[in-house]
Amino acid sequence: MAIALVLVLVVVGSVLFHFLSPWWWTPIASNWDYIDNTIIITFWITGVVFSAVVLFMAYCVFRFRHREGNRAAYEPENRRLESWLTVVTAVGVTALLVPGLFVWSRFVNVPSEAADIEVVGQQWQWSFRLPGKDGKLGTSDTRDVTSDNPLGVAPKDPNGQDDVLVEAADLHLPVGKPVKVLLRSIDVLHDFYIPEFRAKMDMIPGSVTYFWFTPTRTGTFQVLCAELCGQGHPLMHGVVVVDTEQDYQAWLGQQQTFAQLSAPQQTGSADRRPGETTASGPDIAAKLETVEAR
Amino acid sequence: MVDVTPADAVPPAEVGEVELYHPHSWWTKYVFSQDAKVIAVQYSATATAIGLVALVLSWLMRLQLGFPGTFDFITPEAYYQFITVHGMIMVIYLLTALFLGGFGNYLIPLMVGARDMVFPYVNMLSYWVYLLAVLVLVSSFFAPGGPTGAGWTLYPPQAIMTGTPGGQDWGIILMLSSLILFIIGFTMGGLNYVVTVLQGRTRGMTLMRLPLTVWGIFTATVMALLAFPALFVACVMMLLDRLLGTSFFMPAIVEMGEQLQHNGGSPILFQHLFWFFGHPEVYIVALPAFGIVSDLISTHARKNIFGYRMMVWAIIAIGALSFVVWAHHMYVSGMNPYFGFFFATTTLIIAVPTAIKVYNWVLTLWRGDIHLTIPMLFALAFIVTFVNGGLTGLFLGNVVVDVPLSDTMFVVAHFHMVMGVAPILVIFGAIYHWYPKVSGRMLDETLGRFHFWVTFLGAYLIFFPMHYLGLMGVPRRYAELTDMTIMTESAHHLNSFISIMAFIVGFAQMVFLFNLIWSIRHGREAGGNPWRATTLEWQTPETPPAHGNFGKELPIVYRWAYDYSVPGAKQDFIPQNVPGTFGPSREPT
Amino acid sequence: MSVILVFLLVIAGFAGWWLSHQRLLAKPWLEQGMAGEDFVDLGRSPLPTAKIGLGVFLAVVGCLFSLFTSAYFMRMGLSDWRPLPLPRLLWLNTGVLVLSSVALQCAVVAARRGQLDMVKLGLATAGLTALAFLVGQLVAWRQLTEDGYLLASNPANSFFYLITAMHGLHIMGGLVGLGRTSASAWNGGRPERLRLGVELCAMYWHFLLFVWLGIFAVLAGWAATIIDICQRLLT
Repeated sequence: MAIALVLVLVVVGSVLFHFLSPWWWTPIASNWDYIDNTIIITFWITGVVFSAVVLFMAYCVFRFRHREGNRAAYEPENRRLESWLTVVTAVGVTALLVPGLFVWSRFVNVPSEAADIEVVGQQWQWSFRLPGKDGKLGTSDTRDVTSDNPLGVAPKDPNGQDDVLVEAADLHLPVGKPVKVLLRSIDVLHDFYIPEFRAKMDMIPGSVTYFWFTPTRTGTFQVLCAELCGQGHPLMHGVVVVDTEQDYQAWLGQQQTFAQLSAPQQTGSADRRPGETTASGPDIAAKLETVEAR
Repeated sequence: MVDVTPADAVPPAEVGEVELYHPHSWWTKYVFSQDAKVIAVQYSATATAIGLVALVLSWLMRLQLGFPGTFDFITPEAYYQFITVHGMIMVIYLLTALFLGGFGNYLIPLMVGARDMVFPYVNMLSYWVYLLAVLVLVSSFFAPGGPTGAGWTLYPPQAIMTGTPGGQDWGIILMLSSLILFIIGFTMGGLNYVVTVLQGRTRGMTLMRLPLTVWGIFTATVMALLAFPALFVACVMMLLDRLLGTSFFMPAIVEMGEQLQHNGGSPILFQHLFWFFGHPEVYIVALPAFGIVSDLISTHARKNIFGYRMMVWAIIAIGALSFVVWAHHMYVSGMNPYFGFFFATTTLIIAVPTAIKVYNWVLTLWRGDIHLTIPMLFALAFIVTFVNGGLTGLFLGNVVVDVPLSDTMFVVAHFHMVMGVAPILVIFGAIYHWYPKVSGRMLDETLGRFHFWVTFLGAYLIFFPMHYLGLMGVPRRYAELTDMTIMTESAHHLNSFISIMAFIVGFAQMVFLFNLIWSIRHGREAGGNPWRATTLEWQTPETPPAHGNFGKELPIVYRWAYDYSVPGAKQDFIPQNVPGTFGPSREPT
Repeated sequence: MSVILVFLLVIAGFAGWWLSHQRLLAKPWLEQGMAGEDFVDLGRSPLPTAKIGLGVFLAVVGCLFSLFTSAYFMRMGLSDWRPLPLPRLLWLNTGVLVLSSVALQCAVVAARRGQLDMVKLGLATAGLTALAFLVGQLVAWRQLTEDGYLLASNPANSFFYLITAMHGLHIMGGLVGLGRTSASAWNGGRPERLRLGVELCAMYWHFLLFVWLGIFAVLAGWAATIIDICQRLLT
């Protein structure tokens, strides 16, 4: 008997928790409110199903509990009922799937006006690269990573010379302009995730992945790594600042290009073979030590 | 009306007697036994023991998450080792081993009317290789560097690199070796379970007369036999990458400023192989639970399972479909995004047969005669948690909704609800149900009810709110949730609450263990068929069943497994081995 | 993952065929009693249980090699793949393995006729040729390493060593079974048991030969060429 009451309480409690509890998603800051809407649809459909099934069960337990002299009905199956339930379920599932697939096709098709930016993950920090004046990112290769070239930009590629490098610092983005985020890693899997933007994607060493979004409001947002990348994983925070166009240009003016960063050391690095120690090594080793010290 | 078919009218010869193995000493009777029932108990005991390790590990990680910074001995390194070993134990060494090795070994021969498994010697080897796998896993705690901390998914490259605990030490090597051993051991057992269902059935036991428990375990075993090789391949290749410097999964990598020797490998390849095993694995755990819960509900509601044929077809459909949905674990892995369309569709299609199963369980209750025994309570709790966890699966399976939620606490809450809590509730229900057959005595009722309420409500309170942390964006696998701008103060309080509930639920399991041990001697005598059930395991001449299960003559099966409350029959159940025709609407045979 | 999916499709087809003979559409609650001979036929298969068991095991082994092949094709698409020249010796090894299978088939025929001497001869030939195959594979490995095709220097090499090693391990396992059967042949075991043992060995040998031909085709690159041609024909 108690169980029937508890089943009702589970439904009521879950629904109340859903509407009254303070824990909900962060205010959105990108164009992916489509995703939020799909989640809302999913919540409604699944919520109704959950409540219906559990409440029906509670009713059955209450109504058909064992009493002296009771005997169960004999009903091996009911084709009509089963067919109906199958059809209704299929309709419900389709109602979830179709909007989801439409939004997904928006998600994977990047608008042509989106500006490329590159995010490079390494244990355990974020770096960024912007295309510079020519609007093109130079090619890159993990094998080109050296102390002077921690992001592995191909030194010979002319497109890469004017690329703006933001190493282990904050990234700024102009509000309202779509960006295509190209994701790259030079060691293990990472995942570039900003909860307010809703979008995320793994970064895989050896290949370039992508997603796109349009920031819709200015502000400062925390970057989290969402793919386990070793013991520094929870410390791998970064910052993305969404600026007005003016502020963005001011910030961009202060950044250095690949050519500027590598020019003074050019002679020193000419005979350096790939495979030798790079500058970021000690930094990371120090980081690892602090992680271990905790 | 009653048309008794005498047993001697049945053509006698087509079931040959098996050559039964006879133990000669205490060692071969209780330790190196070839009796499936003894092997089942060995499997269950080992799985429970290693499960306790996993329980303690979950406490340790909840200590860290609920009360960050309070416990200095839980370093990030240790935290990752805890979550990895916890996950691995629960999914493979506990759930898979207990459902297939434990329940499979005990129930298959008894339920299909066989004297034993068809290859008893191989069956015994299966257990000893499993034990070895468990010991290798445990030994990694004592190896230099400790066990691996790569997460239970063991994704390369990080799994075999310095930045991960155990990556360049013994941890990952022992983990992979243990998995390889487990797979070898499981294959030996799995062959037995499948072939016994195919060839060991007694006279009259057609496939459509099998209890759904056997259907669930049988289908799950077939799936496991076909899915575990994928994990085997992945483990062997990763072992070579780690030990001999090959580049199956390892691309060019700069580690701690050093260029590694690897070149060109594909981490995504590992993920494909892993999830090609990993997704069927979910159903390898779920299908036996589905089968068992169907029998629990039917027996304790005194009503035949509603829509038996649909239930069988649904089990087969789920088993087949689960091999073409694996990449829904990889929507944001960076694979070709267009795969998302295909895998989202197949994933949501699999929801239909699963939903049918839920409807049929609930419709079995309708107009039943529901005895609220402890197995029934656990079955009801299973439906609640399974429906909850299954529905959140619709979020994660729907590719675009998965994007913000993947790798957050939402995923953790979802899979714990659907393949952690739900199957474990079935395991508890099943133990309360079959313990009288295994030991001859009932488990204590009062302790059982206490165990049920704390476990069900506690587990629900742990995992239901956790979904909302994920919705908020809190990532999983974070050793510390400090400096997170998205997390409000109250979210940290919620985490502490979840941790406290976890300790309470864990404590209730100690009560259960006590009950298990205490009742062996002090429980109420059960008799042969305390639940008045129809299936063959309750019709054995001795309880606990003797070696050979059925005495001199194997039973002959005259009916399906669900003749409860048949109109015209005196009792509200007719065992499968009782001849005769009952019921007004039946065709004469 | 296409190879393994095709393999599973074959398995599913087989399972579907079997299930279609099990009256899954019947309404079991309407069928009480033994119902004539119907249910008797639905019991066990007339094949010996050990053969069914071996059949299931071979399905698992087939699954394992399909997965290796799947991984091979997926890894092959990446840029650093340099195919290695297969040693000519592999042709000879293939011939030896075929001989081994033929010898076992002869032993099966002899066992069915009850000619014990021929059975012994067949078993011995099969065992020796299988050992010769293993030695030949080792020699092929040595030739490759001497020519500088090391395990870790290219994924094509790694796959070659890995897959041939896996196949060799399965042959070794088979040799254990063959040894047990031979022991019973020489010690005068029961004829029907001996016959079953020989048949099981032959089944396993033929399957491993089939697997070997498959992986030989894959490693030599013919499989890729055939798939390529098929794809062109389709498009």
